Amino acid sequence: MEIVGQLQKQYVDFINSLFREGYLDDQYVQLQKLQDDSNPEFVVEVVSIFFEDSEKLLNDLASSIQQQVVDFKKVDGYVHQFKGSSSSVGAQRVKNACVAFRNFCEEKNLDGCSRFLNLVKQEFYLVKNKLETLLRLEQQILQAGGTVPLIE
Amino acid sequence: MYGSNILNDGMRHVSDLNFGDPFRKHEMHCRFKLKPPWPWVAITTSSGILVIALLMGQIFHATMNRIAKVEDDYHEMMELKKRAEAADVAKSRFLATVSHEIRTPMNGVLGMLHMLMDTDLDETQEDYIRTAQESGKALVSLINEVLDQAKIESGRLELEAVCFDLRAILDDVLSLFSGKSQEKGVELAVYVSDKVPAKLVGDPGRFRQIITNLMGNSIKFTEKGHVYVTVHLVEEAVNLMDVEMESPSNSTLSGLPVADRRQSCAGFKAFSQEEYAPMFSSSSTNQVNLIVSVEDTGQGIPLEAQSRVFTPFMQVGPSITRTHGGTGIGLSISRFLVQLMKGEIGFASLPQIGSTFTFTAVFTHGCCNVNDQKSQKINNQLNSISLEFREMRALLVDPRLVRAKVSVYHIKRLGIHVEVVRDLNKGFFSVNTENSIPNIVFIEREVWDKDLALSTLFLNKLRSLDCIVTPKLFLLSSTISSTRAISTGSSVSTPSVILKPLRASLLTASLQRSMGIGNRGNHRNGELRILSLRNLLRGRKILVVDDNLVNLKVAAGALKKYGADVVLAERGKEAISLLTPPHHFDACFMDIQMPEMDGFEATKRIRDMESSFNNRIHIGELSVEAYRNISTWHVPILAMTADVIQATSEECLKCGMDGYVSKPFEAEQLYREVSRFSHTALNEIP
Repeated sequence: MEIVGQLQKQYVDFINSLFREGYLDDQYVQLQKLQDDSNPEFVVEVVSIFFEDSEKLLNDLASSIQQQVVDFKKVDGYVHQFKGSSSSVGAQRVKNACVAFRNFCEEKNLDGCSRFLNLVKQEFYLVKNKLETLLRLEQQILQAGGTVPLIE
Repeated sequence: MYGSNILNDGMRHVSDLNFGDPFRKHEMHCRFKLKPPWPWVAITTSSGILVIALLMGQIFHATMNRIAKVEDDYHEMMELKKRAEAADVAKSRFLATVSHEIRTPMNGVLGMLHMLMDTDLDETQEDYIRTAQESGKALVSLINEVLDQAKIESGRLELEAVCFDLRAILDDVLSLFSGKSQEKGVELAVYVSDKVPAKLVGDPGRFRQIITNLMGNSIKFTEKGHVYVTVHLVEEAVNLMDVEMESPSNSTLSGLPVADRRQSCAGFKAFSQEEYAPMFSSSSTNQVNLIVSVEDTGQGIPLEAQSRVFTPFMQVGPSITRTHGGTGIGLSISRFLVQLMKGEIGFASLPQIGSTFTFTAVFTHGCCNVNDQKSQKINNQLNSISLEFREMRALLVDPRLVRAKVSVYHIKRLGIHVEVVRDLNKGFFSVNTENSIPNIVFIEREVWDKDLALSTLFLNKLRSLDCIVTPKLFLLSSTISSTRAISTGSSVSTPSVILKPLRASLLTASLQRSMGIGNRGNHRNGELRILSLRNLLRGRKILVVDDNLVNLKVAAGALKKYGADVVLAERGKEAISLLTPPHHFDACFMDIQMPEMDGFEATKRIRDMESSFNNRIHIGELSVEAYRNISTWHVPILAMTADVIQATSEECLKCGMDGYVSKPFEAEQLYREVSRFSHTALNEIP
């Protein structure tokens, strides 16, 4: 059971660092709480839907910004969607970037928008990476026979 | 006739006489005998007429000139006036535009600094960023003030009317200034009378602006002593101020003398009415008349500058801007805002002693039956925490009455019963003889430091008391300076220090930390909520409508956890068809921003549909049995919104919604909303 202990410690350190650095917020903890025996894969399911949905949104965003005449309302709509889904999942930094992005949309500032699109994309891939690592750690713990520690 | 009276002016008339005698020639010489007198009448009359004519001519001429001149001046003035007005309007517009232009990138800068703070930084970097943030925030507030001034001048400033908690606002402002006041060693305190209701309706943002301005000024110009803010009802204030006048000048918060509060509101009309309307009770009307006072022991305002205090852009001396910053608009904006709140503002100031600013404002009683998310959230946090400390007993040791009053107010807000004693000896007495030993003991720093030996004795006494849990000891201090350590070799360590200014959040946090109650308490409350939600929602059929798959999944997960039977829909149209009577749904959570048809539209259509069905059932066109014996269909619909601004309660109510919750779900709020309609609608369904 050494391995389980080690893995658990790794997990706790990692997730705490994610909270500390603002990648995830309390909403992620709420999601973990919603997972139970009747719903054992809840977090993984939500996170996968989030990844899929976000890739699509990012593509839509990129193409709408590259148009000759940019429809800022449409862009704003996509960013609003992204903000909503990232906040439902607890991806705090993505959400914050979306909030700032929306300001530029309101002012129809194309330069700001393209800059922020890149920022949002960056943040998304960062948090995707982190979440994948986190979920992988969880899998490893479960496979080694342990339980995933719950952070408050 | 004939001779003498010689007047030889050469006028002589010679007439030839012919008597008929050829040898004698006769002549008749006629001459004036006397000088002719001056024709005075003619002369006078004519010269008089001449003079009169001249004068009249002069007058006429002058009048014409004058009229011409005045008309010219008038035209010139009109010209200049138009130019001046145009210039003024242009200036305000220019200021507003420029300010907006400056605000946007400024917000960008602040936003970036905020995000920078979240990255990996060392201490120096953090410090630099913090300084930059401070400057940025100062700049933004400056710009906001200038914008406000422009708004006021163009008459576009209006007040909101929302429900808010006055005590929470004061707590916020306290937090703003606590650091500065602790640095300077100035004691900051806030006291709100018990008679002030918990909820008021008015403009909290502007009220906060006035208080922040007055407190900011006080703290800026005070180096020692205190800044004391009090809020009372006008009705009780008069009596209190009379009592104050009786008490000696060192019975203030810090013992230093202050400018007389009564004088600062001397000219207020609100008080002169007192005599005519002794039954001035605000319980009959809905009005709440507040009087707020900010008293400090600072430099005071020099007498010659006192008349200019409320003039915009006026500061006491040219050096003020350099040493303290600010533009001098704050007070004039505050006065305007106070007037908008139907109040009056005044001050009394004695140089080198201090200033006291006082203002009145009129609010109405607040009864929130509609959601006010932010304040409810804070209130609920406070309420759920104050359950922890309710019914606890505390002992406060403080010789100064006013200061003790403030501390008692804050401690009582947590539901703790407080007893006050003036010094440690009486404290001994109290814990010895009382059969109810306090759970917490608060001691003013100056009492502790005064006689460390006595303090050690007291501490030991507490430890030796016969009770399950030793009372926790806290020192109340207004500065960060380190407590004098007891270096005489005794093993007493310094008890925990709570830094003033006291406010609800700080007190609860400190108490929780040292008493270790907090986390457990939160759990207890959290679990309570979950249990209640389970009871409310178990077995209920709920429809969740949201075009975002992630949100749908999370919302469904949360509701399923409470045992609800969840059905998902992605579009408004789907929702309408699913909610066509007869259906088995107990409630619906509807996202607002959706493509094709938004939440408001969908709800409106559902309500229209329901009312048409209800009508037809009532007139018998449709049989009520076919509709599960329900004749009044009204499915509770709650809006789910990420933007509180977006879903104003009026909009929701207008299209027929029953309330709103935020995305993602928050247990407290969810419980509140669901329980509101659960005993009405859900009961209908067998």
